[in-house]
Amino acid sequence: MTGGEILLRSLLAEGIKTVFGYPGGAIMPVYDKLYDFQDQIRHILVRHEQGAVHAAQGFARVSGQTGVAIVTSGPGATNAITGLADAMLDSTPLVVISGQVGASLLGSDAFQETDVLGMTLPITKWSYQIRRPEDVAWAVARAFYIARTGRPGPVVLDFAKNAQVATAEFNYKPVRFIRSYLPTPDLDDNKLRQAADLINSAKKPFVVYGQGILLSHAERELTTLLDKAGLPAASTLLGLSALDSTNPHYKGMLGMHGNIGPNIKTNECDVLIAVGMRFDDRVTGTVETYARQAKVIHIDIDKAEIGKIIPVEIGIAADAREALTRLIDLVNPARHDAWEAEFDKCNNDELTLVSQKETQPNSGNIRMGEVVSLVARKAQSKAIVVTDVGQNQMMSARYSTFAQTRSLLSSGGLGTMGFGLPAAVGAKVAAPERSVCFFTGDGGLQMTEQELGTIMQEKLGVKIILLNNNWLGNVRQWQELFFGARYSFTRLANPDFMTLAQAYGIKHRRVEKREDLESAVDEMLSDIAEPYLLEVHVEECDNVFPMIPPGKGVTDIMLNEKDWYKA
Amino acid sequence: MEQDSRLYTVTVYTENEVGILNQISIIFTRRNLNIWSLTVSSSALEGVHKFTIACRTTQKNIEAVVHQIEKRIDVLKAFYYTDDEIIYQEVALYKVQTDNILDSPDFEALIRRNSAQVLEINRTYTVIQKTGHCEDTQRLYDELSSYGVLQFVRSGRVAITKSTAERVSRFLEMQEVRERKTMTENA
Repeated sequence: MTGGEILLRSLLAEGIKTVFGYPGGAIMPVYDKLYDFQDQIRHILVRHEQGAVHAAQGFARVSGQTGVAIVTSGPGATNAITGLADAMLDSTPLVVISGQVGASLLGSDAFQETDVLGMTLPITKWSYQIRRPEDVAWAVARAFYIARTGRPGPVVLDFAKNAQVATAEFNYKPVRFIRSYLPTPDLDDNKLRQAADLINSAKKPFVVYGQGILLSHAERELTTLLDKAGLPAASTLLGLSALDSTNPHYKGMLGMHGNIGPNIKTNECDVLIAVGMRFDDRVTGTVETYARQAKVIHIDIDKAEIGKIIPVEIGIAADAREALTRLIDLVNPARHDAWEAEFDKCNNDELTLVSQKETQPNSGNIRMGEVVSLVARKAQSKAIVVTDVGQNQMMSARYSTFAQTRSLLSSGGLGTMGFGLPAAVGAKVAAPERSVCFFTGDGGLQMTEQELGTIMQEKLGVKIILLNNNWLGNVRQWQELFFGARYSFTRLANPDFMTLAQAYGIKHRRVEKREDLESAVDEMLSDIAEPYLLEVHVEECDNVFPMIPPGKGVTDIMLNEKDWYKA
Repeated sequence: MEQDSRLYTVTVYTENEVGILNQISIIFTRRNLNIWSLTVSSSALEGVHKFTIACRTTQKNIEAVVHQIEKRIDVLKAFYYTDDEIIYQEVALYKVQTDNILDSPDFEALIRRNSAQVLEINRTYTVIQKTGHCEDTQRLYDELSSYGVLQFVRSGRVAITKSTAERVSRFLEMQEVRERKTMTENA
């Protein structure tokens, strides 16, 4: 059987039923075989390879499986780069298969040849070039094992055309062990006991968690630990939806545009328990003043993250679920009601000083937060919320509520504008029974708007909520606050988005007045299977607050353009 | 350069895979660290390659670098050492014009004093070899410069730890146990 067919049979052996891709010269033998496998593998034809990778990311993050994208050589592979870098920083399991020129032409600057290994090594967990059909099954098995185990990440298989055409025996064996790779370190019971002792003796313990909770399926263990030891907890952007928004121990989001309670209390807690998060600078602000008073326990599956940014008292390299399961046994039942109430007081201040003005304005133009919180209410916190990057992202993260895990998709580490629309495509393919609400801005939507074609062709019921302010809003906000209101190239002249939606046969509506908003959202959400573009004209100069300005610490919180928070 | 920086020797044990040098070197590049010397060779373990990399930086940096190197799939183990934890050596070759040394009364003494070896003498040039630490080979270079050094080359550092076994052996033994366990679990 040909290398191309071995690839597809190996994908099936890994349980893959959905791939995202775009054909081209150097991957044609694979696509030719795919023609015979249409009943077993669903191929979603995107409009650009960046979209294929982001869609595979959206698929992976909603389904918990490994996302697969297939692209051609040269420009196909270079277009996939942004998605690979995004998946690397956000620990998303992906296998991306790129076509490559025949092995005999490698290194000769052949048509559509690029050095894919050289380009992808720094932004992938592993990349490998397949030059012989005998290596296909082995490489695929290894790729999936690496992508999904340990700290997940993207893997590239650069598939030389001769190996796609030439034949070999199909001899597929799953990989379960690699000598040079230790995905899940063994639990160190001593360290867990020390951690439990610290937690048990703490007066003001505080849990900060990230996507590691979702990736290790530790949502229930986290909830149990918080209940048992009476611990307040806050999430990073990518950890959102791991805890139910109504959980009494849940105190909100960390970071630059996070909630006041968790940010302020970071510098007042005595024990900081970090689980499945990596102290990104958007979370810590300046590290010079970050949690200096606290003893830090850091649990992360990636040993290289421990002590990388924040010095730790106890570093535990472990799977979050395994570590939390053990910690639940070791901690004493406790309550810290007065301490938890301090978070709530700060968050109540935030509600009156910032959030209510954003979500329930009585007059003036429609505001972004108002739209997000209305959609959350109408969808009963059950939607998968996909964001783009910028103000729309922060507003979505701040004002969405979650009743189900794996419900927030956002480009965290790389901050990729244009991530949202293709990621929403992947999310809807992974969970057609769920409502997928994608919040975007007029800038981000136009970065990958060609994927409206994918939505049209595949009839995907993605709900696109375009918060249109005719600006690159986040950059405009920074220009206003930190660059003397010099609006350098952030004003956008936009197309008629209604005509655009119409061109793709997507149901659409534009809302400019507050009184029309609710009925439009109702209409949008009425049919879960129907694509919809809702354009809302929002206040042009709305800013996202609270805000920890760049270079400041977690207690330096701006409430608006002039005022700082005082507890 | 930060004040608490010093010279570290990093040893990396890897599988024999294409592109591994690239994977390791870009981790230094990202942090703007200059690799001072680099040697690649086989190790005492069959099929395991050993990289010896000398780099001047801070302890915090070198620790992070070593962790990030070890994260690469084809890397078995990586360690870092200060000079007092290892025995290390370099080799240098010097080419001088034979005419310039032929009638020199001091040349023999110079060779003896430096424990250098003469590898080749012909009518036009003479090749001298010296092993030692960088300071030693540099001293000979300085002393030879009065004769005019036509060519000079110094190898990367090779290093051996003061402990009795290759530290990577213990990792490999543990991995063998893990492999057997995985295989029985899935049998």
